[in-house]
Amino acid sequence: MTGPGPMRESFEDRMATVEFRVAPTAHITVDGDSCRGCSTKACVTACPANLFVPTADGGILFNYEQCFECGTCYLVCDTEGAISWSYPEGGHGVVFLRS
Amino acid sequence: MAEEFDVVVVGAGPAGSAAALVLARAGKSVCLLERGPFPGSKNMYGGVIYPRILDGLIPNWWEEAPVQRWVTRRATMVLTGTQSLTVDYRTEAWGRPPYNGATAYRPDFDAWLAGKAVEAGAVLACETTATGLLGAPGKGGIRGVRTDRPGGEIGARLVIACDGVNSLLAKEAGIYGKADPHHFTLGAKETLALPARVIEERFGLAEHEGADFEIVGCTEGVAGGGFLYTNRETVSVGVVLHLPELAASKKRPEEIIASMKANPVIAPLVAGGELVEYSAHLIPEGGWVMLPGLVADGMLVAGDAAALCLAAGIWLEGVNFAIGSGMAAGETALEALDSGNVSAPGLAGYRKRLEGNFVLADHRKLRRAPHLMLSDRVQHRYPQMICNLTEAMFTVTNPEPKKGILAHTRIEARRAGVRLGQLARDTASALRTYG
Ligand SMILES: Cc1cc2nc3c(=O)[nH]c(=O)nc-3n(C[C@H](O)[C@H](O)[C@H](O)COP(=O)(O)OP(=O)(O)OC[C@H]3O[C@@H](n4cnc5c(N)ncnc54)[C@H](O)[C@@H]3O)c2cc1C
Ligand code: SF4
Ligand code: SF4
Repeated sequence: MTGPGPMRESFEDRMATVEFRVAPTAHITVDGDSCRGCSTKACVTACPANLFVPTADGGILFNYEQCFECGTCYLVCDTEGAISWSYPEGGHGVVFLRS
Repeated sequence: MAEEFDVVVVGAGPAGSAAALVLARAGKSVCLLERGPFPGSKNMYGGVIYPRILDGLIPNWWEEAPVQRWVTRRATMVLTGTQSLTVDYRTEAWGRPPYNGATAYRPDFDAWLAGKAVEAGAVLACETTATGLLGAPGKGGIRGVRTDRPGGEIGARLVIACDGVNSLLAKEAGIYGKADPHHFTLGAKETLALPARVIEERFGLAEHEGADFEIVGCTEGVAGGGFLYTNRETVSVGVVLHLPELAASKKRPEEIIASMKANPVIAPLVAGGELVEYSAHLIPEGGWVMLPGLVADGMLVAGDAAALCLAAGIWLEGVNFAIGSGMAAGETALEALDSGNVSAPGLAGYRKRLEGNFVLADHRKLRRAPHLMLSDRVQHRYPQMICNLTEAMFTVTNPEPKKGILAHTRIEARRAGVRLGQLARDTASALRTYG
């Protein structure tokens, strides 16, 4: 699902329908060390934007750029300190037009 | 240098704009902060708005509100993989003033409502994220907000936090405990383009009429539900998913939408629709049991930031609750500013106002609904049982004679793993909740 292939392609098309005014700095950061000890990896499937990608060594690769700013990730994560979560700086991030 | 306002309202969603409108009309100086490039740009919902709460605030709002369609058809569907049972209600009355529900895009609706606050004299500052509070409860009270604008401290006698479901400001003020994922659902939806005429034909609608479909049993076993709404030239189709169950299921939100769209009952309604926007947002679903303290020294909290969205299964109403609580917050703020007491005790009238109107009256009445609606029986066993029961009643098994409804019920309850005692208790509880 997260590797190359048809599913991944269509997910990119899906996200291409959404406008993002990407901020220069990340509003969410994920501490890879905390993730290595996490057995649930709940964020990986629950994030509606599919931004948490598991790495071969059991960590997480995270990219903030196409984030809906919804809050799902910090609520489903039960490892204290793994996610630091806030909003992007004013005027940046997701822009909905037909929601 | 701190700029001084009577009130700074954080968030130009429906709660914030309603609060700002009430205050600006009464002549107070109001700063309305919005982190998005325009009001509504961050806001996603189902959605149908029930705007009658605006009657007193914006007379004849229906002549100017940016509406897609007036809902005249409301259907509740119970689906299993291969069966469906629909209660389908239509009325022409909802298609005439003062109307009932309207489909609308939030980027349009929220921008319109914020515009009303601006016309009344509120200062709207977009592209500005409030990053924290000035002052703190107890220690002289909250005295404004910090923002991410250069030199962006904004001093005010009162802060009204209308910053939505993640309510970072209410959390900072200590009036919202650690969030419990069990009280939240994730909504994910697709806006699909279809020609207006196709929508009207498929849903049996006249030109300005709209349909609202609420769907149970379409979420791949994850507690929640689905929805399908008609806009002018798009349909909104999506799911609402209980967070802990979604996480445990290891299913992805868009896959659950795809499976609902593939259901033989839904598929013909959305066929050929081209995806024009995908969106997601959280709902504070807990209602009464997750209500935070609503005030602190120098601060009021309204709308989703105070978990005031009503999510009670057959009702999902948040915009009207946000407007109603925002208005009450604005009125309370007026009183407190005039009396000079903006401490938490001075703001106690807020809760009384909410209890005296639909906002807390509905929440109190429906306080058991979220728990009941997300239970395993309502989510899985009853939909299966009701569909099987209907099928059994209308399947003609000649030469065998017809069985009575009670006999069918006993058989189907057993097949679905429902004990009759439990069914009776749930029926009683549903009557207590909704009756
Ligand atoms: C999937 C889904 C379906 C729904 N369906 C319906 C429906 O059909 N009908 C209905 O009535 N309700 C529905 N709701 C609920 C409804 O959307 C909410 O209850 C309503 O939007 C709450 O309004 P609000 O003003 O409190 O918050 P919001 O609409 O969330 O507005 C908060 C505002 O604050 C801004 N903000 C946040 N933090 C900051 C900050 N730090 N600084 C500056 N600005 C900030 C945000 O950008 C936003 O504009 C649905 C919700 C979801 C998620
Ligand atoms: S972010 Fe949280 S849930 Fe996700 S892998 Fe890391 S620790 Fe686990
Ligand atoms: S806020 Fe929502 S969209 Fe953004 S990373 Fe977290 S779960 Fe994904």
